[in-house]
Amino acid sequence: MAEQRKRKPMIGLQTDGDVDWSEYRGVMVVVEQRAGQAKPVSWQLLGEASRLAKKLEAPLMALVIGSDVHHLAQEAIYHGADKVYLCDSLELGPYRTRPYSRVCLHVIRTYKPEIVLMGATYTGRDLAGAIATHLPTGLTADSTQLDVDEDRLLLASRPAFSEKMLATILCKQFKPQMATARAGVFEALPRDESREGEIITVAPQMSVDEIATDVLEFLEAADRVNLEEAEIIVAGGRGLGGPAGFAVLEELAHELGGVVGASRAVVDVGWIGHEHQVGQTGATVRPKLYFAIGISGAVQHVVGMQNSGCIVAINKDPEAPIMKISDYAIVGDLFQIVPAITKAVRERKAAGWAPSPFSATRQEQPVPAGQ
Amino acid sequence: MLHIVVCIKQVPDSREIRIDPKTNTLIRQGVPAIVNYFDLHGLEEALRIKDEHGARVTVVTMGPPSAEKALKLCVSMGADEGVLVSDRAFAGADTLATSYVVALTVQKAEQEWGPVDLVFCGKQTLDGDTGQVGPGVACRLDIEQLTYVEKVEHLDPKTREIIVHRHLEDGVERVKAKLPVLITALTELNEPRRASLPGVIRGTRYQPVVWTTNDFEDIDRSKIGLRGSPTIVSKTWVPDPRAVNTKVLEDESTDAAANHLLDELLATDLPQKLGWVKEAVSVG
Repeated sequence: MAEQRKRKPMIGLQTDGDVDWSEYRGVMVVVEQRAGQAKPVSWQLLGEASRLAKKLEAPLMALVIGSDVHHLAQEAIYHGADKVYLCDSLELGPYRTRPYSRVCLHVIRTYKPEIVLMGATYTGRDLAGAIATHLPTGLTADSTQLDVDEDRLLLASRPAFSEKMLATILCKQFKPQMATARAGVFEALPRDESREGEIITVAPQMSVDEIATDVLEFLEAADRVNLEEAEIIVAGGRGLGGPAGFAVLEELAHELGGVVGASRAVVDVGWIGHEHQVGQTGATVRPKLYFAIGISGAVQHVVGMQNSGCIVAINKDPEAPIMKISDYAIVGDLFQIVPAITKAVRERKAAGWAPSPFSATRQEQPVPAGQ
Repeated sequence: MLHIVVCIKQVPDSREIRIDPKTNTLIRQGVPAIVNYFDLHGLEEALRIKDEHGARVTVVTMGPPSAEKALKLCVSMGADEGVLVSDRAFAGADTLATSYVVALTVQKAEQEWGPVDLVFCGKQTLDGDTGQVGPGVACRLDIEQLTYVEKVEHLDPKTREIIVHRHLEDGVERVKAKLPVLITALTELNEPRRASLPGVIRGTRYQPVVWTTNDFEDIDRSKIGLRGSPTIVSKTWVPDPRAVNTKVLEDESTDAAANHLLDELLATDLPQKLGWVKEAVSVG
């Protein structure tokens, strides 16, 4: 490549000679964090991985990489890990592919987990793709179901063809078997401070001057629409009649600590931005509570939200397809019903119960260990 | 002059794929083949760099002979060369095997047309949805990967410095790197241009370069196609439609309906799952 290039391409990567795959034992979760705060998906994956590890009668491992992240190693134990590999170094502060992937490769080759899981987040996908190519091994993206069979094979199932089908994917040839998995699908174990585990310190694998990228800054988007991680979504469609209709949805979403979503139809006509779109060509979501307001329920919308925990449909048309897949349906004028729900929520909150201050743009606060 | 390689894929427009309700299989007939639209945003960015700094833009794709059409489209938009890597031996490739062939192709493009400074890929394909090929290619070429890029803020061909904005769940990261790099493109990156009339004429007449396995001297045949793919699809199925007993709330007034709904929701496990605190009435 260009003369500045010192490294040599390593195009056909392969394992070193014959590897004894039977030495690979254990399920490992790579914990994702930013500024010392773990992503909830990491603990969710540890929860699911603990089930797999029990079935395999193998240890549950976690890998924590970052700067000043010792408390997360302890947290990983509280969330179920038996062994935590910790690589804590100043230059590992912000995520960067190369230094992080080198640590992962070192840990995987040394401690030999048979399964490695990470969140199907932007960072998780960036990292997993690099590691799997390097090892090399098979990688399944975006899993929504995980299991193991009697041959210790990982059965990673994922949506295919714009969520219309599910496919189960295996990797028989290599270890570890790798998968990224979606946030919000799996349940974390209850945090338990009485859990005990071992923390193994790992050295960084690249020196500072070998790292060629520089994270200049992170601009946190406090108002970023984060549909994928939202627990409550209040979504609107054509029934809103115009862009102004979203105001009533915003009020309800605000009151519940939720996020406003939209159907493709209203995004296409410009009533609201694309970042709010749920369904094909938009976000695939699985919140615990989904309001479909003035949304008829076209297939392209439904594939993006059908895995929501509880669906409430509000529509003037009792025959709208969305009604059939909803847990609760209210037929009528959304401009009367939605404000009435907002009002009722306010009254109930004032009277004693309150939705938690959870908001989808905020991360869980990890409790620092030993404090 | 900069040399930019844009990796594209011709895909069935998965938005148009329907499930046959009788057989529960995919209906692929009549589904249009399109250029994976994330890739077009990668191409557009390459063309903007070409417009501003001057560059040679080479578009590469692995696929069946019919993927020539996709390359012609890219040439009509302004790409200089289109390479179709096509061979039956490549069929059935997963992301690992695909990234091997694409990396070899970039390397060969480098031998043909000069050192590569930038590689663009789409953030993922519409039919595979994995986003794994971009990182795989970067890894094999041993260059930096900048994934999920929504803006190229700065590029200086002299200092070879590039600053991009990477989109993350909770914000945007500004990252600086030195060329060569591989970038995976989001739709937010730009608005792909339409081909001009002379462009269309050029694209129509253009004959893409075709490479087969025989054109790659050192290709390891155990790493391509089905054989080189460690992942196996063991089964596919159409998930059952969401089976629910819809409860229609038919109250007299909207206020009653609203409160009825909240009563229902509070009686489920939602408050627990959502961390809604139901405090005792006698607080204080």
